[in-house]
Amino acid sequence: MKLSYTLPLMIFLVVALILYRGLHLHPTRVPSPLINKPAPTFNLPSLMTHQMSSNRDFLNHVTLVNVWATWCVACAEEHAFLLSLAKDPSIVLYGFNYKDQPKTAITWLKEHGNPYKTIAVDQEGITAINWGVYGTPETFIIDKKGIIRYKQIGPLNAYAWEHTLKPIIKQLQGEP
Amino acid sequence: MRKYLIILFCLLAPLSFALAAEDFYLFQSHEEKQRFDTLSKSLRCLVCQNQTLAESNAPLANDLREQIFQQLENGQTDKQIIDYLVSRYGNFILYRPPFNITTLGLWLGPFAILIAGLSFLFYYLRKNQRA
Repeated sequence: MKLSYTLPLMIFLVVALILYRGLHLHPTRVPSPLINKPAPTFNLPSLMTHQMSSNRDFLNHVTLVNVWATWCVACAEEHAFLLSLAKDPSIVLYGFNYKDQPKTAITWLKEHGNPYKTIAVDQEGITAINWGVYGTPETFIIDKKGIIRYKQIGPLNAYAWEHTLKPIIKQLQGEP
Repeated sequence: MRKYLIILFCLLAPLSFALAAEDFYLFQSHEEKQRFDTLSKSLRCLVCQNQTLAESNAPLANDLREQIFQQLENGQTDKQIIDYLVSRYGNFILYRPPFNITTLGLWLGPFAILIAGLSFLFYYLRKNQRA
């Protein structure tokens, strides 16, 4: 077989392989530089109570911090899944209400259901910037010592939960 | 003739879109404004990822420009502001990727492919000339 016959075919196969691999990549996802670092310090008012919310809320249990807003369409998509997650007593769902009006948030939760154990109100969005949030919804897994161990970008769904988040949470729950 | 003028106009019209976001900051000095412009043009908007913070109207871009302005007012250096953002969002927020071992392929790749392509071209042109 002459090289001039097989070379275009070989080049095509290599390019096809590269492009096929590219179909499975997510170039718009920005990996977080905060993985395995302590969760950035915050001190925010709580939505439903008169207490303050801070990093102390993360100690001694595995926490799922979910950044959401009433104006965020994708957050509505994952809301049903969050409600089903909330039924599991070993899961602590912690909400960051991002750039919202507290009254709007309370009304929205009354109408659609509240899966969160606690909700911190980040009206200005500065805490979210500290956490590297760039597109809601985002969900962080925080371990018992308050360290960020994983960040999910985009809505949570059953697939991501079963294949990625649940194994991480189970493993972290086994840690001291 | 008119047909061509109309087509030309349609092709050029989109260029009239403003390529900067609307901001109304009161800077303390011209130098501060220049630093703000340079910084916001060298950082990426993470929502509209092909635009700089200067160009993008995304809410996050507005917030980050506000942060840059506040920090300039507080006397932070350019390096401190960039470190602040990179420590939160990673190197991707730099609009120009750094030039190091991991990004060699990114920077030199297109030139390498161009040279390879031109070499093939000249090789085949010469071959056909001789035949």
